[in-house]
Amino acid sequence: MDSFFWTYGWPALIMIGQSLLLLVCLLVFIAYVLLADRKIWAAVQLRRGPNIVGPFGLFQSFADLLKFVFKEPVIPAGANKAVFLLAPLVSVTLALATWAVIPLSAGWVISDINVGILYVFAISSLEVYGIIMAGWASNSKYPFLGALRSAAQMVSYEVSIGFVIVAVLLCVGSLNLTDIVMSQQDGLGTKLGLPNSFLDWHWLSLFPLFVIFFISGLAETNRPPFDLPEAESELVAGYMVEYGSAPYMMLMLSEYAAILMVCSLTTILFLGGWLPPVDIAILNWVPGIIWFVLKGSMVFFMIAMVKAFVPRYRYDQLMRLGWKVFLPLSLVMLIIVAFVLKLTGWA
Amino acid sequence: MTEHNVRNFNINFGPQHPAAHGVLRLVLELDGEIVERVDPHIGLLHRGTEKLIETKTYLQAVPYFDRLDYVAPMNQEHAFALAVEKMLGLEIPIRGQLIRVLYSEIGRILSHLLNVTTQAMDVGALTPPLWGFEEREKLMVFYERACGARMHAAYFRPGGVHQDLPHELVEDIGAWCDQFPSKLDDIDDLLTGNRIFKQRNVDIGVIDINDAWARGFSGVMVRGSGAAWDLRRAQPYECYSELEFDIPIGKNGDCYDRYLIRMIEMRESCKIMKQCVNRLLSDAKTGPFSATDGKVVPPKRGEMKRSMEALIHHFKLYTEGYHVPAGEVYAAVEAPKGEFGVFLVADGTNKPYRCKIRAPGYAHLQAMDFACRGHQLADVSAVLGSFDIVFGEVDR
Repeated sequence: MDSFFWTYGWPALIMIGQSLLLLVCLLVFIAYVLLADRKIWAAVQLRRGPNIVGPFGLFQSFADLLKFVFKEPVIPAGANKAVFLLAPLVSVTLALATWAVIPLSAGWVISDINVGILYVFAISSLEVYGIIMAGWASNSKYPFLGALRSAAQMVSYEVSIGFVIVAVLLCVGSLNLTDIVMSQQDGLGTKLGLPNSFLDWHWLSLFPLFVIFFISGLAETNRPPFDLPEAESELVAGYMVEYGSAPYMMLMLSEYAAILMVCSLTTILFLGGWLPPVDIAILNWVPGIIWFVLKGSMVFFMIAMVKAFVPRYRYDQLMRLGWKVFLPLSLVMLIIVAFVLKLTGWA
Repeated sequence: MTEHNVRNFNINFGPQHPAAHGVLRLVLELDGEIVERVDPHIGLLHRGTEKLIETKTYLQAVPYFDRLDYVAPMNQEHAFALAVEKMLGLEIPIRGQLIRVLYSEIGRILSHLLNVTTQAMDVGALTPPLWGFEEREKLMVFYERACGARMHAAYFRPGGVHQDLPHELVEDIGAWCDQFPSKLDDIDDLLTGNRIFKQRNVDIGVIDINDAWARGFSGVMVRGSGAAWDLRRAQPYECYSELEFDIPIGKNGDCYDRYLIRMIEMRESCKIMKQCVNRLLSDAKTGPFSATDGKVVPPKRGEMKRSMEALIHHFKLYTEGYHVPAGEVYAAVEAPKGEFGVFLVADGTNKPYRCKIRAPGYAHLQAMDFACRGHQLADVSAVLGSFDIVFGEVDR
């Protein structure tokens, strides 16, 4: 009995503790990312943004949290009650579940499985179900249209994201996310005789794929210019129209968790994860998590700026971009990468 | 396999829709995302303006015109003032004319700034409206400094304008004109060349010139389709014939052309304003700003302290009002949205017998079905944005 506890029970407890710690940190971080999103957007629009609750509005997200939690959830009479309430739960659970395999620093990962990237891809593909359920269960026309759009959109862009990931995997030779980061210690820069630096990371050697991944990531997370499922000027709020209070908050939460997921995936696949930009002692002393968060925040800043600047694609234009531009482009890049790796023997 | 009758999807677009521009309710029949039929329902903002005006004296009717197209209030007052003046045979002194033109062009910029940036918002760009509102705010302060109200000015009155402009205000407007083009450049940078903005607007809602005429279009809607028709040039009123400005016209009659025309018209309006400011500070620096006929234009407060006649005029004008000789008249101005006309029938009393308002937005809105049919759902808001519809004047 004793050995059973130490073999299975204790590691399970540790894992639960780690998960809770990660979850708390992640949710607090999301609160500030949300605030940052609003602040960046406001700055572009010559506004101040939230600045009342706490110094510089730092507690705004928590005030919003309280507001959402204490509001009465309104469920439309015609809605399918069970599915209506299940949808936000599905969304938020799946969005948070992906974080289990993300290495935040060397060894800082809850589950270091050898098919990490596949796990992330599989779980994030399921996220569309939350949206479809929300749109369908509302039994209302605008949410229904939003759900239809998002289903088509997410499927289309996952295809090109898949090819981008395959190209990265070819370079790395492993599906493990930690291995993907470690493999970026040397790359294009070191091949040219330079010391280990940010030039080794995949963003440079696979630059077109980096761009495709970033844009597809925007589409995957329903961010402008691909926010068609919730397009304000057409569908009012898309699949979220009928939602309010805590369920609405959970849908928003899952959206931002998914956005951060894209940020950290971009960091891991293309920006060298927790590796310092230049391999010198003073930068190596900085904990890896700091580099990871910094890089992720930088990607998020780009995502936030895109939202502030661009108009929205129309539905057919979005589909054309996904299937006729990104898919062939990523496919060709994949073939080129494979050829180069084979011919040079770098793989 | 049995055959099924597939029913199209009907949705209510508005009246609480964020892209409905006020209280428009469109009933859309959709086949998937394709729009099969657009049915605009109007009247949610109907206040019976025309009927109310019949029970008011000519002066009391003025504020109703502010509340029609509330984005550019003074342009509407202008049409009414011109109609009454035509019947009374009043001549407006040059300073008054310049002030009117100056504020009409401010109104045009107010309206176009709102429209261009909300058209961008309708296709999903959320930043331009706030940049535009920054400038609109300054213009509304000019409104306020001229008449005390930011929107509902009641400033253009039959006979001239209500009060003279202080020189500092004219100078400030001149200074504003100098910096405005650079602000327009910013919006230009963000939108005009933007690929997504172009994809969303080019070849959307195309209206060829014959259709435009047949549907009673005016203003930017016909200029976008290629006709150089602008009442300021075609049948000049006030001192527009003495001023220098160009009329931009489009080629394709699509949403993008209409956007471009509005952008250029703002620059042209700025030019006109600059000319007015220069004249208001030089040859028309002093002098009367409204007609001197004491039977129509109320006396100034100072005069009332000295002259018995002025006091009597003041009393009569603000109680009974003035009588307008029997007859009928149509006067129109080139409002920002198109030809805004007022048809007045006078019966010799102090109130109009009938007042018919010709609002450009009403004619444009009728074409929604024509312009949107076969387009995607998302294009409905783009087309609606480019039509520049304000419900104050459509519903009246």
